[in-house]
Amino acid sequence: MSYNLMREFADSWGLLAMALFFVGCIAFALRPGGKTQADQAAQIPLKDD
Amino acid sequence: MKFGTEIVVLSLFAFAALVAAGFGVEGPFRQHMGVLFFAVAGFTAILLRNTDFKPAAPIDTSAYMDGPIRYGAIATVFWGVVGMLVGVIIALQLAYPHLNIQPWFNFGRLRPLHTSGVVFAFGGNALLCTSLYVVQRTCRARLFGGKLAWFVFWGYQLFIVMAATGYLLGITEAREYAEPEWYVDLWLTIVWVAYLILFLGTILKRKEPHIYVANWFYLSFIVTIAMLHVVNNLSMPASFLGSKSYSAFSGVQDALTQWWYGHNAVGFFLTAGFLGMMYYFVPKQANRPVYSYRLSIVHFWAIIFLYIWAGPHHLHYTALPDWAQTLGMAFSIMLWMPSWGGMINGLMTLSGAWDKLRTDPIIRMMVMAVAFYGMSTFEGPIMSIKTVNSLSHYTDWTIGHVHSGALGWVGMISFGAIYYMVPKLWNRERLYSLRLVTWHFWLATLGIVVYAAVMWVSGIMQGLMWREYDEQGFLVYSFAETVAAMHPFYVMRAIGGAMYLTGALLMAWNVTMTILGHQREEQPMPGSEPALRPAE
Repeated sequence: MSYNLMREFADSWGLLAMALFFVGCIAFALRPGGKTQADQAAQIPLKDD
Repeated sequence: MKFGTEIVVLSLFAFAALVAAGFGVEGPFRQHMGVLFFAVAGFTAILLRNTDFKPAAPIDTSAYMDGPIRYGAIATVFWGVVGMLVGVIIALQLAYPHLNIQPWFNFGRLRPLHTSGVVFAFGGNALLCTSLYVVQRTCRARLFGGKLAWFVFWGYQLFIVMAATGYLLGITEAREYAEPEWYVDLWLTIVWVAYLILFLGTILKRKEPHIYVANWFYLSFIVTIAMLHVVNNLSMPASFLGSKSYSAFSGVQDALTQWWYGHNAVGFFLTAGFLGMMYYFVPKQANRPVYSYRLSIVHFWAIIFLYIWAGPHHLHYTALPDWAQTLGMAFSIMLWMPSWGGMINGLMTLSGAWDKLRTDPIIRMMVMAVAFYGMSTFEGPIMSIKTVNSLSHYTDWTIGHVHSGALGWVGMISFGAIYYMVPKLWNRERLYSLRLVTWHFWLATLGIVVYAAVMWVSGIMQGLMWREYDEQGFLVYSFAETVAAMHPFYVMRAIGGAMYLTGALLMAWNVTMTILGHQREEQPMPGSEPALRPAE
């Protein structure tokens, strides 16, 4: 695989895939209904030792 | 037999080192292998003196495995003092060049000893021991892999000893923060893969269904450092019995690989790892959950996606293509958002408990750390802008920036974590002295302020003097004149560093006395107990 081919893939489909994955992660973290689960997760270190 | 396999394997290892010390093709390599031989043989002798043939006592596998963490906490404090001491020495060498002792203790050899000492020995041990502490307690599972944690701990100490002694012998790849030569790099790779298996294995056997966010940060630190270390150190040794190796890349590709490594070592070693620390120890010490767990998830993914592209800002105005320089700059500026999101998340964890700042010097230390995280991640993107960089690059401003991040953020959050962990690890009711923590806090804070302020003045002066032209287009100052102008700042910088070191020495004393089980009789912190009121 040549450098140019990799480069072309990286700044088209590769970039799109990473950007979508990132947006997906943020959207999932902020999804409606995620707050209760997040609040429970935040309690994990405080539950006991 | 206790330590049976270990003794056999280590003896063979020591013998191999001895053979290499005898057959090495150059002097420094033979000396370095001699160091390796004495280190491994000495360790084997200690194991031999502690072995016995009684059947091993059963291990309580339901309890957390804290032995390696205790050793790690001690190693953190020890290497911290050593690394900072070397820092003060090289600061004095810059101010007073007569202090350069040739050949082993000149500035060129001591400087990587200082940087690796504080970053990898102090910071690395802090990350190692806190990550193993946090992953067990947030997964509610014992460390995976039996004795694997001990291998990781001692293997990492051997890496530190080999790296440090190599620098003093003049063995270096001359790649910043990646100076160790090929055989030390290979050893670190083995240890690091073991660390990854240890950490990941513990996560996989967790009893808590959700993986707490601190573990995400720690895991990203371990995985990314493995990738960076391997790629940046792809090289071919000139001889398998010699220290010299040549990089697989050349020219600007090599420079970019190095700074892709170098900046992500800052991003994933000095930032992501220590953010893991922040997301566990700040809530624990404040006894409140993190301000917004969802913000911490956003913080994580934004750091992961943005940091990896920022490296080219170390190569502004070089042979690196312009588009790559601009890319590095743009991503550095975008990093403002996650950095400040994370800082706000850390600070707001204290909302409703700000009174603890008055009474609890440990939380004060953590808050100062998060504040410095915010400040240095604000300064960094500014310095990555090309026009600013043309003034700041290669000057002391960079050194000041690095130290406000390293002393302020990395140092302070590690001190806070150590002060939190040590009484718990040794089952002590409290620290030996909270008053000493207050002293440590103020010495460290003032030391950083002196250091950073002095380096700003010195760096900007240096940058301006370098670019000063007269009306005929000649440079106004010779290089030696700019060096002479910096002398007073170098002296003040050494004073700031010495204050920080003094604070670390107080911590070493405090931690030692706590481990030994002493408690200093002292007045409680003002405000920590309700004042007695006369009966009415």
